[in-house]
Amino acid sequence: MSAIDAGAALPRQRIDILPALTPLLVAACAAPFIGSTSTFVTLTVAGLAMGMMIFTMASGLTLVFGLMDVLNFGHGAFISLGAYVATLVLLPLAAWSQADSFGLNLAVLGLALLAAIIVCGAVGFVFERVLIVPVYGQHLKQILVTIGGAIVAEQLLYALFGPQQIPLPLPASFRGSFIIGDAAIEKYRLIATAVGLVVFAAQMLILNRTKIGLLIRAGVENREMVEALGYRIDRLFVGVFMAGSGLAGLGGVLWALYREQVHASMGGELLVLVFIVIIIGGLGSVGGCFTGAILVALIANYAGFLVPKLALISNILLMVVVLLWRPRGLYPVSGR
Amino acid sequence: MMPLSGDPPRSCALVLLLIVIVLALVLAPLLFPGAKPLNVAAKICVYVLLVASYDLLLGYAGIVSFAHVMFFGIGAYGVAIAFYGLGPSWGALAVGVAAAMLVSVVLALAIGLFSLRVQTFFFAMVTLAVAYAFNVLASQLSWLTGGEDGRSFQVPEVLRPGFRLFDFNVLGIAISGRVLSYYLVFTVCAVLFLVLLRIVNSPFGRVLQAIRENPFRAEALGYRIVFHRTLATCISAAGATVAGALSALWLHYTGPDTALAFSIQIDVLVIVVIGGMGSMYGAIAGAALFVLAQNYLQALMGALSSAATEAGLPILPGLFHPDRWLLWLGLMFILAVYFVPTGIVGRLRGTGTR
Repeated sequence: MSAIDAGAALPRQRIDILPALTPLLVAACAAPFIGSTSTFVTLTVAGLAMGMMIFTMASGLTLVFGLMDVLNFGHGAFISLGAYVATLVLLPLAAWSQADSFGLNLAVLGLALLAAIIVCGAVGFVFERVLIVPVYGQHLKQILVTIGGAIVAEQLLYALFGPQQIPLPLPASFRGSFIIGDAAIEKYRLIATAVGLVVFAAQMLILNRTKIGLLIRAGVENREMVEALGYRIDRLFVGVFMAGSGLAGLGGVLWALYREQVHASMGGELLVLVFIVIIIGGLGSVGGCFTGAILVALIANYAGFLVPKLALISNILLMVVVLLWRPRGLYPVSGR
Repeated sequence: MMPLSGDPPRSCALVLLLIVIVLALVLAPLLFPGAKPLNVAAKICVYVLLVASYDLLLGYAGIVSFAHVMFFGIGAYGVAIAFYGLGPSWGALAVGVAAAMLVSVVLALAIGLFSLRVQTFFFAMVTLAVAYAFNVLASQLSWLTGGEDGRSFQVPEVLRPGFRLFDFNVLGIAISGRVLSYYLVFTVCAVLFLVLLRIVNSPFGRVLQAIRENPFRAEALGYRIVFHRTLATCISAAGATVAGALSALWLHYTGPDTALAFSIQIDVLVIVVIGGMGSMYGAIAGAALFVLAQNYLQALMGALSSAATEAGLPILPGLFHPDRWLLWLGLMFILAVYFVPTGIVGRLRGTGTR
């Protein structure tokens, strides 16, 4: 483009709609096999809720990777940590959470989520400064150090909270289901979906409508260029890392309430799912992460209903299929 | 004939350490009678092979895999299923190992071709996911694997504890099937260790190191990166498979806890880093120290924990509880990555040549 065109509008980026449609496609394909409408609706809502929870945990990880080329294998520890923090809030305030008042229930849930975000964000700050800063740019050491961090964190959780599972009952108002037609829809799943959507919307707004978001996106595309323009990208990065850790904690609380129990091994197990999601979505892409999470969760739910044996490896199969179609994930980030 | 493939330990202290370890392993049945020491010695041998084959990947090729224990498990399950289905014969062992080897190599080839094109991270994540799925499969397909209970099985007559090779004692010990099993494990591990040493010191091994240091340059020199990395993955998988088969043969049992647990993967990672990445001798030194510590240091931690309880200190009993062994291991691991990235071997070699 020559200088004369500088005033003209930039060419609009073509929006790649195809990957975003895949969850719809999957749902449409699964529907005839499931048969009953009510079962289909229940499964789909369950899938969406699970997808939103996984997205909440995964989005921070994918951004951190995109921005700084750091892949945190200790991300699972933040998921567990968030869940444990929630027990510290919810169990002492059991009177609030068991009260027959929607307001109190919501308040205690909000308090638990907030506490998890703050604690995980703070621990994330320490984790980043102490463990990750010395190994910037060295992939091998990064993997080793963050794995070591994950081991230590998990063991510390065991040492502080004990090795047993901690039951974490849902606040009273969120138990049970709505009956719409024949389909039963658990209330809590709607809440989890709502929280996930809020997180997604907030991320999209921040990334696309604020200056910080602009810098983050620019940093994902080309870190050196942003640094050359005089921005301290490492500060930006710590912020993103803390936000990612906080979101992992948020997702951990949602997941623990969904399962109604907390255990330190949950982080490690979820991390596998989170990895599959961000691989499918394209490393570094938030939108891809969103699509990937829904896709993984929907397929897990449908497969669990139709062919339970297949459900065990449905994630891996999905990953293989997606990567055969798009080797860098649904929404590949350019420059990687 | 060069058994060490022109890559001697190159340090007096290291030579001494290795000689002590190898002699102790050779003479283990004589020196330390009893079931536990022999178990420890056999575990060290299996770990040496397992860790050496992992080091080929991590230390020499610079690839992080979390599926190494999956290949170990394939070997263990191959032997278990073959013995369980075909009865305790040498033929069954051969079938089991061959089948396991085939499965491992094909799987390694698939994973390698699929995910080694992109980045270190990518391979690490994909192997983590695949290994996790494999664990779930192994515990769910109970008609084949015995599920969570695993499979106990009979081994050939010669290797059973009741068997005696001679009617008399040799050097004061009876040559039982257990001793023979031990020497079978030891010999196979020793031979394969030397083979791995040969491989990393071959031109192929040099190319792997070149790719680790600078992939673009290696490619510019005309070496196909994906080919070399994938081949390294396959060789390493084969080594792990044999280690798994030997482990099953020694334990007469294969289950998720002994063959597929993620904790074994962490053990292997820790041993490679502490022993010394990029040096096969690190596998021997690291595995020996680690297994000894695992078996005897935990008692010490238990003592510390109860002492702290009696003294009425908070938190400390929890931190020193023997089950929290991984906590200290993890800390040591992180410190080793930062401050002693070349591990024990690197340190000893460094002081030896200066």
